[in-house]
Amino acid sequence: MMKLWFKSGAPWIWLNAAAVSVCLIMVVGVLGLIVARGIGHFWPGQVIQFTYQDEGQVKTIIGEHVDTSITPAAMAKSSGITMADTEETLVQYLVKTGNRDVTGGDFRWIQERNIKLQEAPANLVVVERREWGNFYGELAAVKENGQVIASGQEAWSVLQSKIAGVLTLYNDIAHLEKKEVGAINYTLEQLRLEQKSLQLDNRWDESQEKRINDKKAALDIEYKQYQVQLAELYQQIRRDSLVAKTQDGAEVEISLSKVVRVYQPNTMSFFDKTVHYGAKLFEFLTDDPREANTEGGIFPAIFGTVMMVMMMSVIVTPFGVVAAVYLREYAKQGFTTRLIRIAVNNLAGVPSIVYGVFGLGFFVYILGGNIDRLFYPESAPAPVFGTPGLLWASITLALLTLPVVIVSTEEGLARIPKAIREGSLALGATKLETLWRTVLPMASPAMMTGLILAVARAAGEVAPLMLVGVVKLAPTLPLDGNYPFLHLDRKFMHLGFHIYDVGFQSPNVEAARPLVYATSLLLVLVIVGLNLAAILIRNHLREKYRALEG
Amino acid sequence: MPEIIKNTKKSASIRISPAYQQWRLLKDKLARYGVVAGGLGVIVAIVLIFFYLLYVVYPLFISASVEPVDHYAAPESALGKTILLEMEEQNEIAARFTESGQVVFFDVATGKVVLTQAVAIPDGVKITSFSQGSPINEGAVIYGLSDGRAIVVKHQYKATYPDNKRLITPSLKYPLGETPLVIDTTGAALEKIAVKIGSDASTVIVKSAGKIRLVNFAKEQSLFADEAALTRIDAVLEVSAENVETILVDKDEANLYLLSADGRLSFIDISNKNSPLLRQEQNVVTAGQKITSVSFLNGDLSLLIGDSSGQVSQWSMIRDKLNRHTMEKIRAFKVSDKAVVAINAEQRRKGFMAIDTDGVLGIYHSTAERQLIKQQIGQAQPVAAVLSPRANGLLVELADGQMHFWRVDNEHPEVSIKSLWQEVWYESYPKPDYIWQSSSASNDFEPKYSLTPLVFGTLKAAFYAMWVAIPLALMGAIYTAYFMAPGMRIYVKPTIEIMGALPTVILGFLAGLWLAPFMEAHLGGIFALLMILPLGVMLFAYAWLHLPKKLAQKIPEGWGAAFLIPVILLSGWFAFSISIPLETWLFNGSLRDWFKSELGIGYDQRNALVVGIAMGFAVIPTIFSIAEDAIFSVPKHLTVGSLALGATPWQTMSRVVLLTASPGIFSAVMIGFGRAVGETMIVLMATGNTPVMDLSVFQGLRTLAANIAVEMPESEVDSTHYRILFLAALVLFVFTFIFNTLAEVIRQRLREKYSSL
Repeated sequence: MMKLWFKSGAPWIWLNAAAVSVCLIMVVGVLGLIVARGIGHFWPGQVIQFTYQDEGQVKTIIGEHVDTSITPAAMAKSSGITMADTEETLVQYLVKTGNRDVTGGDFRWIQERNIKLQEAPANLVVVERREWGNFYGELAAVKENGQVIASGQEAWSVLQSKIAGVLTLYNDIAHLEKKEVGAINYTLEQLRLEQKSLQLDNRWDESQEKRINDKKAALDIEYKQYQVQLAELYQQIRRDSLVAKTQDGAEVEISLSKVVRVYQPNTMSFFDKTVHYGAKLFEFLTDDPREANTEGGIFPAIFGTVMMVMMMSVIVTPFGVVAAVYLREYAKQGFTTRLIRIAVNNLAGVPSIVYGVFGLGFFVYILGGNIDRLFYPESAPAPVFGTPGLLWASITLALLTLPVVIVSTEEGLARIPKAIREGSLALGATKLETLWRTVLPMASPAMMTGLILAVARAAGEVAPLMLVGVVKLAPTLPLDGNYPFLHLDRKFMHLGFHIYDVGFQSPNVEAARPLVYATSLLLVLVIVGLNLAAILIRNHLREKYRALEG
Repeated sequence: MPEIIKNTKKSASIRISPAYQQWRLLKDKLARYGVVAGGLGVIVAIVLIFFYLLYVVYPLFISASVEPVDHYAAPESALGKTILLEMEEQNEIAARFTESGQVVFFDVATGKVVLTQAVAIPDGVKITSFSQGSPINEGAVIYGLSDGRAIVVKHQYKATYPDNKRLITPSLKYPLGETPLVIDTTGAALEKIAVKIGSDASTVIVKSAGKIRLVNFAKEQSLFADEAALTRIDAVLEVSAENVETILVDKDEANLYLLSADGRLSFIDISNKNSPLLRQEQNVVTAGQKITSVSFLNGDLSLLIGDSSGQVSQWSMIRDKLNRHTMEKIRAFKVSDKAVVAINAEQRRKGFMAIDTDGVLGIYHSTAERQLIKQQIGQAQPVAAVLSPRANGLLVELADGQMHFWRVDNEHPEVSIKSLWQEVWYESYPKPDYIWQSSSASNDFEPKYSLTPLVFGTLKAAFYAMWVAIPLALMGAIYTAYFMAPGMRIYVKPTIEIMGALPTVILGFLAGLWLAPFMEAHLGGIFALLMILPLGVMLFAYAWLHLPKKLAQKIPEGWGAAFLIPVILLSGWFAFSISIPLETWLFNGSLRDWFKSELGIGYDQRNALVVGIAMGFAVIPTIFSIAEDAIFSVPKHLTVGSLALGATPWQTMSRVVLLTASPGIFSAVMIGFGRAVGETMIVLMATGNTPVMDLSVFQGLRTLAANIAVEMPESEVDSTHYRILFLAALVLFVFTFIFNTLAEVIRQRLREKYSSL
């Protein structure tokens, strides 16, 4: 029976089926892992107060339980932990204790067997700060100008109202510094370049000098006004502070200007937590990063990715479509088309890092260097286009995604029945008119599919971008209110690179990890969404032409 | 209705206008040209990438060149014979040190004297010895005098820019004071001398009265006095001073080398100035030959010894198996058959110049073992020769009193087939090895540009990835294309496509930060899974066979993979839950430690297994979809015929379908392999990026692509390093080009075959 069964080959079929199942489990597992880790990060976790026996002393440890590890006794022993004979495993908790300014680290491992008591007192607060990470402890008092104005029970409500005011001030300061003063600095830099350019052309004379100096003086006056305003705002924002007790009972004073939000997770209702979650999510999507990208938002990375992908689409679509039209509609099928198909296939198969190397050498140093020499002599020795930037990154990725658009468009063109072209030509239309009025509109969903796939590919590509324009922290966005608004020469941030950078180059990987998962989730959602859209469009298209052919 | 007619009439009247017709045709023509140009542009793009990479890489392999600029009579020849020639960095001013203690600074291009200065040698004392101080690039020289004293002089150059033009002014300086230092207190003449000048301490080694003496001066910085007091240590070396012709001391003042004319090299450890220690004494030339010229290679880690047979050999201090320091001959260069009269090492690279008695000059690079130039300079015997600090000019004085200035163009001497692909014996390494180590902070570092470990790492990563990907992808493709119910297939295919669309940066991140620690903690579970999974599947399949007929008939065919999902999940859970007990029971608690202690296999957290799994994941969709396509499009009449003849579905699959589709499957595997070779982010994040050559699955690696990503942003444009990274890119390009073209050609053939069947 068994032998017969093996001879029939059925077991091998089952093994093959298992391979499919393993692949499916892997995909769903990876997606599930990202979703599970990424989605939970913003949900306020319980803050637990552990009473902990540590080398004979009883201590209090306050923090969020992050992870649990189970080690076999033998392994624990070999790493120098004393284990009783009855213990088979060592269970350890990873606790996020925050207070990096006090303790020097954000996390600590504690052994479950030494925990005497676990409770979640309602009065524990979490203070999210702009520096030094989270603070965990008890709120003691609120101060104004160094004087205690509220303490004990009432401190919490006073603090809430104060923080709202401080945050408004903070936003005002950020607006003034970034927008207004930033614009002045930008204009000053432009004036300096204009002056240098005039000097290089020998057109620098007294009238020009006066004109530029006048402008500078006007800007200077404006700048002084902003400075006065800023000084006043800074004085206001530094007025208030809160006093809190750490797990050791020490009192710490935190200036409210450094506080993003304060909450008491142990008293929050489900609704409160949802609101908190929403606020955090909003912050994540719309704010700038803080603390070496490990906290705050990823808005510049989202913005940079979108800008780059849009620029790339503008470049890749016409070229890809033209190449596909040539292959399908104009070229005689033969040696040349075969050669082009091989070239297209090779373009698709060349490792992306090679595109990066090519982009850096050819676009940045050769094209960019010559553009600088011809058009921007005034800014030398600082390069304008002769350095990695948005434009070069977009062009490099356009080259990289060209095969995707070509293949997809070609497939679309191939599906259009010949009769339609012949009908149009028979009515007297030229080839161009046939293409433009009938064929291309019919093939547009295929082009769309190609473009969507290209966008998905570009959004996830990192290796070439590391060489041609992506940076870990860009001080300015490539699009802003300063003329000429779109700055193609600027470096930008990118979601994929953000993941690599924060996950692997950050000094505090443990603290940054949840944020990386959240960023990954966002990227995966975007890319899976785009791909699903492309697949749907394609399937729809196939159905449509099947009907046409029939 | 009338309106429509009117419109048609209007447009018709436009259409018949001949000018409009011409415009239409012109547009059509223009569009045709545009489209053709665009289509051919794709070829242009791929050719451009290839040729641009080649264009950047090409200079690595062109040989160096020299061209004569000018020659003129040696300036101020009345002041005595030249004992040393020197050139400053800009190749504008050179200095001629004469045997009478004069220094003549002259214009390199014309020979016009700029400044002549006498060294402050006291009256009535003669110069008995002379040498360049160590390190050479600081420009100090020492004169040994007949009364046992010595004086150190430094030649230096200052650049100023009056009227925006560079003006270089030479001068002499006395770093250890203008009064000569007493070296031999007995007052015997210093026959040979060597010195190392440091900012705090200096060491002078002399041969006088048949002995080798060492004197160390240390500056003692006093808080109150401006003048630093000198403390000195005196030592007499217990070695034979007989025949000692050359004394060399390295820049760290740790090693002293004595060379005699008949070829004896004594190597002495002087790290402790009070008690120098003779480490080794050996012969460095073949019997009958003489040492005719000696120099340090840049970095002072090896000696270049030129002998009377025209050979220059490189000797470096290494530690042997017993951890003793010995001098070992690393390699040799043949200049000519005549004695080598001068060796001049480059000051920034591991290259050197050697010239023989006939005036035949060779420029070499030690690491690359490359002869870059061989050139006859003049007709007379050379007196002195110098290579400029930037190694872009050389000055040779011949016995006929002529000074020859040559320009040298030698941009990338470090690269040769040997230095890129073969084992190279680097300085201070115990044996030849493959090493990639491209840069370091110091100037005299020997760059190690062996691409072999990187190619090895690339292939290793791809190899392990294929181990994961090929079985899963091909088996999956077979099932999906041939056995799976169409209802399930429409869900499976897009899912696998999504798998292919996942950004590699996310896979790399998960591999590095989730999978690697997970695997480290559950290594036993991973191995258990490999055994339990197939067993579990088999068990389930066997149980399926015994399903009640009634139930079995209700279940539609081709959904097996769906039913297996819970089985696999269960096996996985089981494998990991027995992981800890299993490791405790069989491997003393930790499989990792067991591997280490029992098999001697070390474990890196980010290792080839992690890369294999993560990159396998990335490659599966590529292989899967191409192979599935090939299998699915096998003509139906073949399979139906086979089944009709009584073959089981599996027999049909393995004997008919797979055979027919095998070229397609082969091309799928090749494209997948090409992708694995070029993948960057996963290897960058999931390995430690250490360029080691170790086949072990638990060790890290560095691939060509990851290496480019890591080092490209920091490499200086057009430097050798930059071009070698381009070479790495070119290697990747050519590699994937070959694989993809081959795969594509095979696929096109297959398509033709199918259509003919």
